Amino acid sequence: MTTLKRTRLYDYHIANGAKMVPFAGYEMPVQYNLGVMKEHLHTRVAAGLFDVSHMGQILLYPKSGVIADAALAIETLVPVNILSLENGRQRYGMFTNDDGGILDDLMIANRGDHLYIVVNASCKGNDFQHLKNNLGNEFQIDMVEDRSLIALQGPLAEEVLSKLNPTVKELRFMDSITANLLDTECWISRSGYTGEDGYEISIPNSAVEEVVQLLSQDINVEPIGLGARDSLRLEAGLCLYGHDIDINTSPIEGNLNWAIQKARRAGGERAGGFPGAKRIHSELEVGPSKKRVGILPDGRAPMREGTLLYGSDNRNNPIGKVTSGAFGPSIQKSISMGYVLKEYTDLETIIYGDVRGKLLAARVTSIPFKKSNYKK
Amino acid sequence: MKFTEEHEWLLLEDGLITVGITKHASTELGDIVFIELPEVGTSVTKDEEIVVIESVKAASDILAPLDGEIVEVNEILNDEPSKVNDDPTGDGWMFKLKIENLSDLEDFMSEAEYNKFIG
Repeated sequence: MTTLKRTRLYDYHIANGAKMVPFAGYEMPVQYNLGVMKEHLHTRVAAGLFDVSHMGQILLYPKSGVIADAALAIETLVPVNILSLENGRQRYGMFTNDDGGILDDLMIANRGDHLYIVVNASCKGNDFQHLKNNLGNEFQIDMVEDRSLIALQGPLAEEVLSKLNPTVKELRFMDSITANLLDTECWISRSGYTGEDGYEISIPNSAVEEVVQLLSQDINVEPIGLGARDSLRLEAGLCLYGHDIDINTSPIEGNLNWAIQKARRAGGERAGGFPGAKRIHSELEVGPSKKRVGILPDGRAPMREGTLLYGSDNRNNPIGKVTSGAFGPSIQKSISMGYVLKEYTDLETIIYGDVRGKLLAARVTSIPFKKSNYKK
Repeated sequence: MKFTEEHEWLLLEDGLITVGITKHASTELGDIVFIELPEVGTSVTKDEEIVVIESVKAASDILAPLDGEIVEVNEILNDEPSKVNDDPTGDGWMFKLKIENLSDLEDFMSEAEYNKFIG
């Protein structure tokens, strides 16, 4: 049995009544005293504080000192336009494999003389090795071990964080800057994974507890656990790696076409040149055989991960499977995402989920379920 | 009021057994979002799964504590399942069961025994 790791905020979690669970090799808070439902709703109206220090932070320095060299290098691993990413901006992307499957999804920021990459906790070791193996000696690649990562999410996040440094007000969605909090250098981006406005903040380990304590003293802030993080991101239609996307799904099947800019598509300035380009270009052109869609069950019963989907109210052949499903606290409905065959992807198509042996009707719907509230 | 090892409470009223889940169980389950109740008139056997409770965390089953017939269910829970969190031993009751021998109730735990059971 391997020992679970703890983040620098472990004591903070315990002091706030967290129920700790194993997650990606870490002991993480699944909920605090408020409980999942209230934590979710709080984040939608005020500000929720999340410890995401288990996620991987990686720095990629071009030894040439030319950032375009790093951008072009990482473009060999992601189907995303990184060369056009300006200093102080970040972009969503994914590492693909030769079959066009997704190895991980990630955020890439241009921080002037290097790229800052944030990856999923469960994949971070592999991602680091993947970069090392593929990018060669002209780059210095470091896993950041001396910093923690927190997220402050919700409509009052700006008001709360700007009390510590008013500069953060000026950031727009997906801006990524260096700014001091309590005289400590932090890397702050206006982003998150809840569908709300908010920030993700990389803080030196030596200062993270102090910053978090200060943020927590604000009456509008509550600590939020993994349980609510999951229902928030599901309402926002965002993928959870290992569930909604994985090594067997392509970005096109995953309905992430928007993340692949024109420059990397067929006919673009830097078309292809990433693993799995052949499949991904082909799916962009003719459409994938199955696709991730939103699923809205008619009743309140949640259709959870693994629920088999059928095209009619008998069990002839499954047409797909649910990959995430829960009750959406903000929209007060059961919501799911999953993959269905292309014949069933039209909005309002009636499909059926096998819930405990009963076939329950649901409709294919657009995602997000809850409109995002980003500061564009 | 009597208690089962499955964290249900049983209350004898007018010859019928009202059944719900305990405060301890409702806290452990977390926020309840959906409850599937049995149909009135259903005959049930002891340990049969007759109620499904979905919380924000997972689905769990409630077992029939005894053989009997469902004579009433708490329809309000269809629209307001959170009543089980708010008042598990009152407004959050789930169903009423008609059983053959009321003396079977004696086999279950008292409140003091249940509190000891959950530690």
